[in-house]
Amino acid sequence: MFKVNEILMKRQLASGVKEIIIFAPMVSRAAKAGQFITIMTDEKGERVPMTLVDWSATEGWIKIVISEVGLTTLKLGSKEVGETLYYLAGPFGNPVSELNSSTIILVGGGVGVPAIYPIARSLSRNNTVISIIGYKNANSILYEREIGEVSDEVIIATDDGSKGQKGFTSDALRELLDSGRKADAVWVIGPAMMMKACSEVTRPYAIKTFASLNSITVCGSGMCGACRVSVGGKTKYTCMDGPEFDAHEVNWDELILRLGAYKEEEKRALGRYILRSAN
Amino acid sequence: MKQLTERERMAKRLPTYRIRDFDEVELGFTEDQAIREASRDIRFCKASCMLGCPVGVNIPEMLRLVAEGNYEEAYRRLIKKSPFPAITGRVCPQERQCEMFCVLAKAGKPISIGAIERFVGDWALANNVKEEATIKPNGLKVAVVGSGPASIVVASDLARLGYSIDMFEESHMAGGVLVYGIPEFRLPKEIVRKEVHRLKELGVNIRLGVPVGTAITIGELAREYDAVFLGVGAGHPKFLNVPGENLLNVYTANEFLTRANLMKGYRFPEYDTPLHVGKRVAVIGAGNTAMDSVRTAKRLGAEEAIVVYRRSRQEIPARAEEVLNAEEEGIKFEFLLEPIELLSNDKRTVSGIKLMKMKLIESSNCERKAVVPTGDTTKLDVDTVITAVGFNPNPSLKIGTNGLDTDDMGRIKVDGQGRTSLKGVYAGGDIVTGEGTVIEAMGWGRRASTAINEDLSVR
Repeated sequence: MFKVNEILMKRQLASGVKEIIIFAPMVSRAAKAGQFITIMTDEKGERVPMTLVDWSATEGWIKIVISEVGLTTLKLGSKEVGETLYYLAGPFGNPVSELNSSTIILVGGGVGVPAIYPIARSLSRNNTVISIIGYKNANSILYEREIGEVSDEVIIATDDGSKGQKGFTSDALRELLDSGRKADAVWVIGPAMMMKACSEVTRPYAIKTFASLNSITVCGSGMCGACRVSVGGKTKYTCMDGPEFDAHEVNWDELILRLGAYKEEEKRALGRYILRSAN
Repeated sequence: MKQLTERERMAKRLPTYRIRDFDEVELGFTEDQAIREASRDIRFCKASCMLGCPVGVNIPEMLRLVAEGNYEEAYRRLIKKSPFPAITGRVCPQERQCEMFCVLAKAGKPISIGAIERFVGDWALANNVKEEATIKPNGLKVAVVGSGPASIVVASDLARLGYSIDMFEESHMAGGVLVYGIPEFRLPKEIVRKEVHRLKELGVNIRLGVPVGTAITIGELAREYDAVFLGVGAGHPKFLNVPGENLLNVYTANEFLTRANLMKGYRFPEYDTPLHVGKRVAVIGAGNTAMDSVRTAKRLGAEEAIVVYRRSRQEIPARAEEVLNAEEEGIKFEFLLEPIELLSNDKRTVSGIKLMKMKLIESSNCERKAVVPTGDTTKLDVDTVITAVGFNPNPSLKIGTNGLDTDDMGRIKVDGQGRTSLKGVYAGGDIVTGEGTVIEAMGWGRRASTAINEDLSVR
């Protein structure tokens, strides 16, 4: 049998993006779309939240997708199949809101695309789901097939137009709505700037828009307040009250500011890690 | 009582040295000191100290055994009431408990009961004193949720009685507030680790990384186990609710302490978790959490570390010893000031606090004086703010969805023995009381373990 927190499979999805399957039966048995886990790669590691992309309660595994841009994700990406993570806990956060008989647009950007997969899968059972997935270019496309399997329609956008529509996901979303397509709700997941832009697109249409926030999180269980965000002028815990919030009520500038709180330290720690790995 | 002998004092590291590291401040009694203190002016003893102990330790018996040099027996008897003396000896507010009731307290020279308890606990850990009795399994299973002070008492009590215990902890380390909250310099983590190890030796199965409430519900646990104990604490920080609270370099005490203690942020970049400490740090509040935060900030390089408290010195709720330690370490105290806004020069990072000057007035319906705004404001320039203004019950259990009765503050309602409104589910510690001390939580743990054992025995 596998060890708890053992890496079962690892697959490169695009440059610097990996899909990792981990044995975590306690998480998989309770996981729901929209929830996240907290991991530590090693005893000295940071506690970092990761969106649950997929899971199997019967086989006891969970799946996450990481973009190797920081210290923890690089460490995680360098772990081999058979190795275990020092710590993995979850699920945390509230499951995605449920809707029925609605038309829903899901917008995913970059490594946010795998994060919309479980939401699309859950919502597509009783709703019509249109997915807009956006990337830098044709080479960075990932999860296109998976999203296709759980969507009624898929629109691809790339920044440089090398595949699908040229432009950002917010442009594709605007075009879709301007063309007269009706939607009852929109979900956006991706970088904070992208979620902010998409929420501005839907605001004039007064379409209920949800964003799943990616605040810096330490405990994940409402004990520290590191993840706090302003929503509708009130301070909320992303971990306990979210991670899904009304995108039109989120104070995006504050979130973006707080996401950059440790930029200098992150650079320093990353540089130190890369130097050490090279030696 | 004219010819009273002076109290023995624990040796302390010099403030100049200790503010440069996280090593323990107080060094504990030597054997000679412990014996001297345990027998000091014992002819006056009225055993009144026991009135002040939330777990009913037979303190005079402990003193007698220590005075006789019989530390092992002192330890074996002590842990029947207070299972973790190395911890409680360090963190109990003795001046408001046992030592306050000591007959010698009137002369300002109560027996240093806390220091003696600590000596006994440390002696047992150093000499690796093992459990004597072999445990006979009774075939009953109990789930203990959380691994803080209340939970470890329930687990250790019931494991000794033969129960099979699964302890569920969300974090990566067992100990709750003892590991994420109380800093190394006040309670070395090695001690908590050893005490947790003793739990494992008793057969307690500690399951880390399991958030009860989402990974498994209280209902599921209640079906799977003969009894469930909820000891998840009150660690959900209250905010100041003033403008500017989400500026950079504004921390809740729990985030600051978690980054520093649990995640070892003070050793960044050897450890990956960063934390910002500026040159002028203000801590809002004056409880134990505030003292822990301000002294941590000092050790992390703050040139000025200031406690800002809305009341006056007399009302400081923190343990007296820690206020003294803080003062020795150069911590400044600003009284009768309440933050009304956190200011920023660049709209990103905190640069100061706008404060309302407060005054104390006599209050007819309250034990302590009421504090009211004067209308005058002032400003304090700082580059880091840590808020330590209290906690709410932990929200992670999603208690409301489980049919458990709670009060309007979200605390679980229990009878005097920790029984909740759900059959077979018990609770204790801060999730019941809101905010209490480590030993009070342990007292609740003891009551609940007694109730669980009684209820399951008659079943």
